[in-house]
Amino acid sequence: MYSRAYKTIISIPPLLWVCLFLLLPYALMFAHSFWLVRDGFLVHQWNLQNYRALFTNPLYFQVFLRTARIAASVTLCSLLLGYPLAYYLSFHAGPRKELLYQLVIVPLWVSYLVRGYAWKTILGSDGVLNGFLQYLHITHEPVSFFLYSPFAVVLMLTHIYTPFVFLPIYASLEHIPRPLLEASQDLGADRRTTFLRVILPLSIPGLVAGATFAFVLSLGDFLAPLLVGGPSATMIANIVQSLFGAAYDWPLGAAISVCILLITVSLLFTTERLEKRWAFK
Amino acid sequence: MSAAGAISPESASSSGALLEVRCVAKSFGASQVLENISLQIAAGEFLTLLGESGSGKTTLLRLIAGFEQPTSGEIWMSKERLDTLPPYKRRVNTVFQNYALFPHLNVRDNVAYGLRVKSTPKAEIAGRVEEALRMVEMSSFAGARPATLSGGQQQRIALARALINRPQLLLLDEPLSALDANLRKQMQSELKALQREIGIAFLFVTHDQDEAMALSDRIALLRNGALEQVASPREIYSRPATAYTAEFIGQTNLLRGEINDGVARCGALQWKTSRADGAALFSLRPEAIHLAVASLQLQDAVHFRGSIRQQIYGGASELLEIECGGNQVLRARIPATGPLTGQHEFIFSAADAIPVTESPTLHGPLITDHEPR
Repeated sequence: MYSRAYKTIISIPPLLWVCLFLLLPYALMFAHSFWLVRDGFLVHQWNLQNYRALFTNPLYFQVFLRTARIAASVTLCSLLLGYPLAYYLSFHAGPRKELLYQLVIVPLWVSYLVRGYAWKTILGSDGVLNGFLQYLHITHEPVSFFLYSPFAVVLMLTHIYTPFVFLPIYASLEHIPRPLLEASQDLGADRRTTFLRVILPLSIPGLVAGATFAFVLSLGDFLAPLLVGGPSATMIANIVQSLFGAAYDWPLGAAISVCILLITVSLLFTTERLEKRWAFK
Repeated sequence: MSAAGAISPESASSSGALLEVRCVAKSFGASQVLENISLQIAAGEFLTLLGESGSGKTTLLRLIAGFEQPTSGEIWMSKERLDTLPPYKRRVNTVFQNYALFPHLNVRDNVAYGLRVKSTPKAEIAGRVEEALRMVEMSSFAGARPATLSGGQQQRIALARALINRPQLLLLDEPLSALDANLRKQMQSELKALQREIGIAFLFVTHDQDEAMALSDRIALLRNGALEQVASPREIYSRPATAYTAEFIGQTNLLRGEINDGVARCGALQWKTSRADGAALFSLRPEAIHLAVASLQLQDAVHFRGSIRQQIYGGASELLEIECGGNQVLRARIPATGPLTGQHEFIFSAADAIPVTESPTLHGPLITDHEPR
């Protein structure tokens, strides 16, 4: 066994890290959300004005709704792409499995910004997509709504988060003992029934984990709307960013952050319980 | 067998077999796992596929269940060609080695699975599930998840889940191998009783020759992908066709020698025989050798002297290793008598020396041991 002193010494760095980079910032954010800005200066005066503003000004709620809608679309699209991909890799890819797996993972190593700018190049007025459509004479002038729209944001976020959705689903599919599929067929179930009654239920923990990744990460995203979203696709994180930046209203920004944090934490809590309920063995 | 493809469905039924395996071969890539297997299973029969690991017994079972396709040959089941059907259309059910119970379903839903996917009316399902659970004495566990059950209990559920579909043939893939020794013995007798009671055919795969002997109506011994011998347990034990069979099923002494002018000579032993002259190989079971005493009279008795090399006490009986000159060692199983040393006279009946076909033996000549694990 390890000595008490050893355990204490070894646990100091991580504890310090957590305090310095997690707990302290959270505490500061929480405190800021109850302060206010007067005449361009931060005033350390405790009040609920920021939260009142949040709940009375419909603008914030509208932006939040749009954010949730975009995040939900991203979640749905990445599930629709990620699940079949994971299913194919796990059950039907054969010897190509390893290669395809790596191909799915590789984009994760490419910088988020690079991928964002790539979409800008593809979707822009003189971008690859418009050029292609005009070359085929499907359109005669650049289609402007590709870029700077919620559509572009959903597209870019789906591209970025599909691997995050794919991974947990793939892991849960890989963990299904293959004799179960044979047992199902042996008992008279065809492939479709076997999928619906055995594979799908057993992959729900991975599905929930993947959906949570996509939703939570999209909910807090501010780069995609910044790069390809435009004003019509402003998301809640962009508001926070501007409040902490040009608008110089840290308290209000902190109040929004606290709300998003609460929503995210309760979401994670719920999905974790869901995953546990559906986890077997 | 070129005529295999021409056999009509009628000929399968005329043979009276429930399942007929015709000249089936199976290769995985370059390695041939099964070659030219022909086997019939009668309705209500308990047939065991016995063999070492790698002998192809599980592959044959999987071919019948439909999880593998034969490379050549056909499988028929009561006038229906089986090997071209997907597994879910075959009227056979399988008990898997590690049970393969669905972890997300409770016992009741596991057992009901086969009926649910065939859209059986709900009322009927409930009754049949109850009946199946009662049959395996697991009624009180209907709401339990498989993970909370012991190995023996999971085994019973796997059995109920297969039998509820009322298959004509049940395939069992080493179903008892994961159980500890005592429970295995108990499950063996329960399995046998159950099979008699419901009267459907069982095709049982095992590597355990004692299990095969205890359960089967017939044993099909597989070796390197080919059938070595198919016979009832009594026959396969008392009349092994090959040296391999004799060694695999029980213990034996293989006596190598030759026959000249009606006399068989194997080392220090010789006896009269009506067989033709030439090289010969005999299987002599250890229990056929007795200590020679005046009261023991045997027909065609063969006497020999030997010194006790080793004596292994086994409760009711003991096993002697007897050195009888010229490096020949025989094993004899005699009723427990107390410690023996030195030279003794032994006796066996020439009729118990069964002529067998030569085949490369399992572990070299003479000293063999196939006690159950």
